[in-house]
Amino acid sequence: MANRAFSIARLPGFSTLAVMVFVMLYLPIGLLVLFSFNAGPSPAIWEGFSLQWYPRAWANEQVKDATLRSLTIASFAAVISTSVAVLAALGTTRRKRSAGQTFVYLMINQPLMVPEIVTAVALLILFGFIKVATGYQGLGYLIIAHSAFCIPFAYLPIRARLEGMDLALETAAADLYATPWQTFRYVTLPLLMPAVIAGLMLAFITSLDDVVISLFVKSAGQDTLPTYMLGQIRRNMTVEVNAISTLLICLTIIMLTAFFLLTRRNE
Amino acid sequence: MTSAAEQAADRKARRAGWLLSAPALFLLIIAASGPLIIILIYSFLEPGKYGNVEWVFSTDAWVGILYSRDIFDGTYKLADAHLSIFWRSVKLSLYTTLFAFVFGFPTAWFIATRSPRMRTALLFLITIPFWTNLLVRTFAINQIIRNEGVLNTFLLWIGVIDDPIQLIYTDFAVFLGMTYVYLPLMVLPLFAAFDRFDMRLLEAGYDLYASRWQVLRKIVFPVVKPGVIAGSILVFIPSMGAFVTPRILGGGRNMMIGNFIDLQFGAGRNWPLGAALSVTLLVIVAVALAVYVRFANRDNGHG
Repeated sequence: MANRAFSIARLPGFSTLAVMVFVMLYLPIGLLVLFSFNAGPSPAIWEGFSLQWYPRAWANEQVKDATLRSLTIASFAAVISTSVAVLAALGTTRRKRSAGQTFVYLMINQPLMVPEIVTAVALLILFGFIKVATGYQGLGYLIIAHSAFCIPFAYLPIRARLEGMDLALETAAADLYATPWQTFRYVTLPLLMPAVIAGLMLAFITSLDDVVISLFVKSAGQDTLPTYMLGQIRRNMTVEVNAISTLLICLTIIMLTAFFLLTRRNE
Repeated sequence: MTSAAEQAADRKARRAGWLLSAPALFLLIIAASGPLIIILIYSFLEPGKYGNVEWVFSTDAWVGILYSRDIFDGTYKLADAHLSIFWRSVKLSLYTTLFAFVFGFPTAWFIATRSPRMRTALLFLITIPFWTNLLVRTFAINQIIRNEGVLNTFLLWIGVIDDPIQLIYTDFAVFLGMTYVYLPLMVLPLFAAFDRFDMRLLEAGYDLYASRWQVLRKIVFPVVKPGVIAGSILVFIPSMGAFVTPRILGGGRNMMIGNFIDLQFGAGRNWPLGAALSVTLLVIVAVALAVYVRFANRDNGHG
């Protein structure tokens, strides 16, 4: 006990506060998940366990459409942003620092700094022009917008891994007369793969998370899952939103667990 | 001494770097950075009758940020409604940053002083809410504090109150929600700072008869200051630009700048004013970032 009283790293009250913070972080999410299994429609009065809200939500055409739309956009956005992020990472890491490189960093990180609402209204105006000029109203706008703001999230793990990678293997490949493409395909890319998958997942989650930009960019009848949920919350019709939220939380946890395992194994 | 061959190789590498970065840059220019220029142009135009703009040069939108014109005698006076929205945004963002610090500092310290295994687990626990859909997390708070929510139902049930407390659709609700959703952004950089902190400094402090408070204030705080600044900026910037949280928890009346911008592009039908407000918000964020870069560099300079 005497030892505990003077452990140097112990600061009075800190542990209590920290435990409280962890409880407060999970309590709202926990209640949200719990009430998605409520037999009644109340978000506060427990009326018994039931799974009814899940099939009910899925039976709703709007929910089904929005889910498929969100998954489509997120898949495209993840693949596009990760592809360009891999190239950009190859172009910006492991070489002499230059002004051009700083510019590229700034550009890539720009979506993290500019408030989403500002980008959203800017895209509303730009895509408005294009919609009038071309008559095209499809999902392309959402996919392009999502691909752009997902780039920094895809770039981050890939750049980190590239910087930690040994150049010797690639030099060896070049010494053995591999072309730059062969070197990339058979040496660099396989080594980079865990980071590429990590980047894909972060981009996917980021795209699925977005409300603001989707809200302004989408054409009529193009609700994504989050914009649909926002509308329902505004109308206070929320039990099926609990069910959808629970599934989104599960997806996040699964992806993050995979992300941690992927990035840790190769440390 | 660089030879001609080395210079040529250097040039080639640089060109390859640009080529490889080109697709990403292209995407970012068309869908992230480029459109911001349109916003700037739109802020100097006149509003169209049914939304959008008339292509006539005007500085009305910029004047309109702070002043409103009396429709009868044409005199300008300070627009109280606009000022109160700005003030609310700044006030709630500062409160959010402060309270995220108050709760985040001990939490990060707690994580940093655990065993390595425990530390990984706790960090993971902080990361999950961070990556969980922002809308879902805000909705979770909504469900707790609304009139028919868990908190009011519970308080009514135990008989502490007779009528539900109006928590939702207040400034406090927005502050509470933002502190909840942005807290991980404070904890993570603070943890990174504590992680590098040399615990032997504490021992040295205690050996020299410093109290815990003195150790915290004179040793820990100065060393981890860059982490504190990083966390504060990371919380302050999204708070200033918040849209979803004030919309769900603040309702229609307790707007922040983000919702006010949205209003101009919707029911307000004043796109130039919305554009001018967007540029203003960008400038505020840029100033916050500049402060951060300055402090970060200065601290690095001193080693």
